[in-house]
Amino acid sequence: MSNIIEINNLEKTYKDGDTETRALCGVSFNIKEGEFVAIMGPSGSGKSTLLHILGFLDKQSAGDYSFDGKSIDDYGEENLAKVRNKKMGFIFQSFNLLPRTTVLNNVKLPLLYSGLKENLWQAMAQKAIEQVGLTHRINYETSQLSGGERQRVAIARALVNNPQIIFADEPTGNLDSKSGSAVMQLIEALNDHGHTIILITHETYTAEYAERIITLKDGLLESDKKVEQRRKDAKDSFTK
Amino acid sequence: MSFKNSFKTAIRGLRTNKSRSALTILGIVIGISSIILIMSLGKGAQELILSQVRGLGSATIIIEPGRRSQGPSDFGSLFTDSLKDREVEALSKSSNAPSIEGLSPMVVLSTSVSFENEVDSFMILGAAPLVADIVGVYPETGQFFTDEQTQQLSAVAVIGSEVKNKLFGPSEALNQNIKIKGKAFKVIGISPKKGQVGMLDVDNSIIVPYTTALKYLSGMNYYHQILVKAKSEQVVPQTVEDIKATLRELHNITDPAKDDFQVATQEDIAQRVGTVTSVLTIFLAAIAAISLVVGGIGIMNIMLVSVTERTREIGLRKALGATTKNILTQFLLESVVLTCLGGIIGIALGIFFSFVASLILSRMVSSGWAFAISPSAIALGLGVSGFVGLVFGLYPASQASKKSPIEALRYE
Repeated sequence: MSNIIEINNLEKTYKDGDTETRALCGVSFNIKEGEFVAIMGPSGSGKSTLLHILGFLDKQSAGDYSFDGKSIDDYGEENLAKVRNKKMGFIFQSFNLLPRTTVLNNVKLPLLYSGLKENLWQAMAQKAIEQVGLTHRINYETSQLSGGERQRVAIARALVNNPQIIFADEPTGNLDSKSGSAVMQLIEALNDHGHTIILITHETYTAEYAERIITLKDGLLESDKKVEQRRKDAKDSFTK
Repeated sequence: MSFKNSFKTAIRGLRTNKSRSALTILGIVIGISSIILIMSLGKGAQELILSQVRGLGSATIIIEPGRRSQGPSDFGSLFTDSLKDREVEALSKSSNAPSIEGLSPMVVLSTSVSFENEVDSFMILGAAPLVADIVGVYPETGQFFTDEQTQQLSAVAVIGSEVKNKLFGPSEALNQNIKIKGKAFKVIGISPKKGQVGMLDVDNSIIVPYTTALKYLSGMNYYHQILVKAKSEQVVPQTVEDIKATLRELHNITDPAKDDFQVATQEDIAQRVGTVTSVLTIFLAAIAAISLVVGGIGIMNIMLVSVTERTREIGLRKALGATTKNILTQFLLESVVLTCLGGIIGIALGIFFSFVASLILSRMVSSGWAFAISPSAIALGLGVSGFVGLVFGLYPASQASKKSPIEALRYE
């Protein structure tokens, strides 16, 4: 499998007047197509900043980032939007659904900007909604749904364009454990279908759905391990 | 994103806040309906005045004494006695102006008239019998005075329908004597209800022979006007030239700029009146347009609030693939749809109010008031409202489109 993401010495500094805050201090790793990677770390470790840069929602202050073999600097503003639409899907902690809008229309939202013919939209959206098991709620407004259902709508929206990669930013953060585990099973299933998943979380049990866990601390890469290896390490430290 | 979908998205955006959208367009509704109403009233007034001016017939020419005014303080141009009997005689000769069919010197004054104990003030018109033909006053009771009666300075009068009502009430007026400036005039004809013809309110006027009016009523030796009837509409320009040539020769005028008379055709007057009413209408519509600016600022204000409120939505749309242009188009379309909707409602209300106003005015104006809406006013209303949306929506839309996706998503 080829690398879909390659980052090298990535830095991000926020400026607020004279104050500078370094959120990322030189992070490097690659992610292969089809991988399920969890990025973990305590609050303020820079994991959300990293996700935003990887998802073309923000730009790094220094370092290199190549997506699908092409440097981010080579994409124009229009192209960044196009890649976000065609190749990326986003799942947010706070769902970010349009209020007073039906499930169907929320899921159709990325298709508005896809350039695909409108007569395909309905079937694509219905298929995505079916995948997350919400067909019976298709014409409900999002305000009428539970937290878990809302996140499933967000997942359907993320996969409606059949993207290469799905970014999930604390997708279970606002859910109870039962809904959270249902959502994680859905995300795992997406990975089984070939989608690359990058999951931001601070919950160990959620991260363990991934096959690889990258841990950040104070803007630096602390560890980058396969899940099996992590479990082994944990076991070793327990026996010692 | 296609225009159709941008439009649908804009409509959906506006529908989520229906009452706010409705209140926002109120300024545009008021502005556009005012413009439509003013333009309709202006057009109605113009048509009314023109129909009255043209009531004298297109072959009628008016000669007035005095030169053209050189300015507002040029009072000398107003008082002049350049139209007397010798001018009438010269114009009556067919060798001077062969295309004149007939003419009527005019003496105009306003004075009190009495019959027994009833006294009222009326317009007195001294004229020749030809004026009956020009103005279209044919008595329904009695008859008009003749050329003989005019030459004999007969004290006879044809009274308007309102004069009859005010002085005589339901009793018989024919052959009764009315007193004008102390002189008795015998009523020989009563004209039917006619309304306004030219600048003359026929119903409230008394027409007497011009010779009698000149000698016994005006106390002057000159005429206020000479009405000329040309043989046909086609010869009017030639007749005007003949009249000017005759009067210039009579008055020894070589430079046309020094003419001591003015000759106007019905078309000239209609054109002048048309220009004045058009300018007045445009002026009033421009004042009403100020309300559109106020309405536009209201739109801009609400759109800015909407952009702030929907910051997260903008961030989300950008995250899902919307470009800067998509967001700009969406918000610009929202404001244009909003103002065009205001424009359509304003046009409908403007037409409704114009119709109501025309109903009221037609009862107040004796010669009637036509309901008039020009397609150009409707097109202007729509165009202006769309333009207001575009201009005042541009700033909020550009603010929305410039938002960085991640900052917008983080917005609380």
